[in-house]
Amino acid sequence: MSQTNDNNAYWSANVRLILISLAIWALVSFGFGIVLRPLLAGIAVGGTDLGFWFAQQGSIIVFLILIFFYAWRMNKLDREHGVEEE
Amino acid sequence: MDQFTLNLLFVGASFALYIGIAIWARAGSTSEFYAAGRGVHPVTNGMATAADWMSAASFISMAGLIAFTGYDNSSFLMGWTGGYVLLALLLAPYLRKFGKFTVSEFIGDRFYSSTARMVAVICLLVASITYVIGQMQGVGIAFGRFLEIDAFWGLLIGSCVVFAYAVFGGMKGVTYTQVAQYCVLITAYTIPAVFISLQLTGNPIPALGLFGSTESGEPLLVKLNQIVTDLGFAEYTAAHGSTINMVLFTLSLMIGTAGLPHVIMRFFTVPRVSDARWSAGWTLVFIALLYLTAPAVGAMARLNISELMWPNGTSGEAVSVEQIESDPEYAWMATWQKTGLLGWEDKNGDGKIQYYNDANADLQAKAAENGWEGNELTNFNRDILVLANPEIASLPGWVIGLVAAGGLAAALSTAAGLLLAISSAVSHDLLKGQLTPNMSEKSELLAARISMAAAIVVAVLLGLNPPGFAAQTVALAFGLAAASIFPALMMGIFSTRINNAGAVAGMLAGLVVTLLYIFLHKGWFFIPDTNSFTDADPLLGPIKSTSFGAIGAAVNFTVAYIVSGMTKETPQEIKDLVESVRIPRGAGVAVEGH
Repeated sequence: MSQTNDNNAYWSANVRLILISLAIWALVSFGFGIVLRPLLAGIAVGGTDLGFWFAQQGSIIVFLILIFFYAWRMNKLDREHGVEEE
Repeated sequence: MDQFTLNLLFVGASFALYIGIAIWARAGSTSEFYAAGRGVHPVTNGMATAADWMSAASFISMAGLIAFTGYDNSSFLMGWTGGYVLLALLLAPYLRKFGKFTVSEFIGDRFYSSTARMVAVICLLVASITYVIGQMQGVGIAFGRFLEIDAFWGLLIGSCVVFAYAVFGGMKGVTYTQVAQYCVLITAYTIPAVFISLQLTGNPIPALGLFGSTESGEPLLVKLNQIVTDLGFAEYTAAHGSTINMVLFTLSLMIGTAGLPHVIMRFFTVPRVSDARWSAGWTLVFIALLYLTAPAVGAMARLNISELMWPNGTSGEAVSVEQIESDPEYAWMATWQKTGLLGWEDKNGDGKIQYYNDANADLQAKAAENGWEGNELTNFNRDILVLANPEIASLPGWVIGLVAAGGLAAALSTAAGLLLAISSAVSHDLLKGQLTPNMSEKSELLAARISMAAAIVVAVLLGLNPPGFAAQTVALAFGLAAASIFPALMMGIFSTRINNAGAVAGMLAGLVVTLLYIFLHKGWFFIPDTNSFTDADPLLGPIKSTSFGAIGAAVNFTVAYIVSGMTKETPQEIKDLVESVRIPRGAGVAVEGH
């Protein structure tokens, strides 16, 4: 039974981490890159505004950081909950 | 040595390399044919997946679409990279833990239904074949250019090469070949971009050059905005389309990325669950190298083309026909004219070619004043931009040859990966899994090869009337994958409530509604003039057919939940299966399923 509880705790920790990561994922692309772009219009970047940068490059860089962060954090979580591969 | 020989040399040498590798790593057994024996390191796997993933759409087509539209086509950049976040977080590690060969096997087992498996196979086939159409367009253009023939003949020759190439490989050959292809394509994409960035901004890194300044100190993007608006086109960096459509389009591409069989299949080939997580990250690293450069390629090419057409500035005289025909700087226009993808016409007979937006009222007034009779750069296929780019910027001949080789590498690697996904769906899931379970390994391999041939024929036939530029055709494939496969996979992992009936109903609803929306706008089976609506004036408000995948996915989720709520609960052993998929421990070597 305790193994099941621990597995549940592992899974909810994972789901929490996924939700946080996806919130950032949506914020930089759909947010800064598209919907919130008018709000960032005042911040100039190389002849245009920050929203344009997020749409064409910034979001890609954030995506990369997110995936590596998630992989690192999950591999740690696996060990903490004793569910890593042997 | 002339350019033609040089192109032939580069393309020939790169092909010799791929074929050599394919022979060296030839697939012996079925398991090697599909999944390369699972001995692939995450970095190697990432590089091969990147080559597999970055197709004619990314390499040949995308920068051209961005160049002529600007900010509004940023969706391609965000969409085709953002999907890897979904893949890494929501699918890859669990599918690896599940440990079977194909996506439809997972769907069949998780939803304990051979009907679900069959429906998944159909969804995969529809999305993959649409995708192959886009690849064939790219192959046709690349072959057309380097053999200096019409794009139609390029398509026919290209399809034979793709077939020969995919049929002998299998996944193992393909994995190592794709590593080589990645190296060729990234070099081919980056080198001209570096040259052009240096020419225009003095910055050797194109991604930074995009936001840099030109010689006069004026930022590149400001200068570009000025020139394109002078010619009556929409401002490059500004938003023009509907925000809702842009959000949905980006979302469709993202979800579709995470639902495409040939990409997901790659994550079955890493040794461990934790490797599946890293592998998605490495894939995106290698993809980002191209994707961070692509917007720079687009913007800089647009600037170069505009300046070539207006060598004396937008208020001066346009380029003369004589100069186009004799000046070596314009030689690329004559070569591309042969493919039928570039054309100009001196409508007012003044000996000059005026390139401007003749639908713009201000420019119409200016045209009337100057005696122009419409835009005279009459045809500029967006898909030629990347391949023509080094010629437009007057780069050395070897760079042009390299880009031709790179474009073919991109189109070939993806076409091969897709054909592999199609053939495994037909031979492994459809025939061996359902119709003739007792077939031998040998006849399974034969069936796999026959289905590859059939897929190419269908793709070429449908590709004769492509529904858009290569990247747009490919975007439709992503919409279909987004609406059908991704929701089923995600619900299968994250919800124990969804049962067999729910999954089947959801996939069918998502696929049918999306396919219907596409056919209504692009014509039935892409046959011209059979469409009832156009993307300029879509059926549902601002939502274009390329953006509908996200809605299709929402329909899929909703139908699956409603139907699951009304039918019998998921049995306990399936709930246990879902529990075990969620935990990395105990991930064995994947086994062949039946």
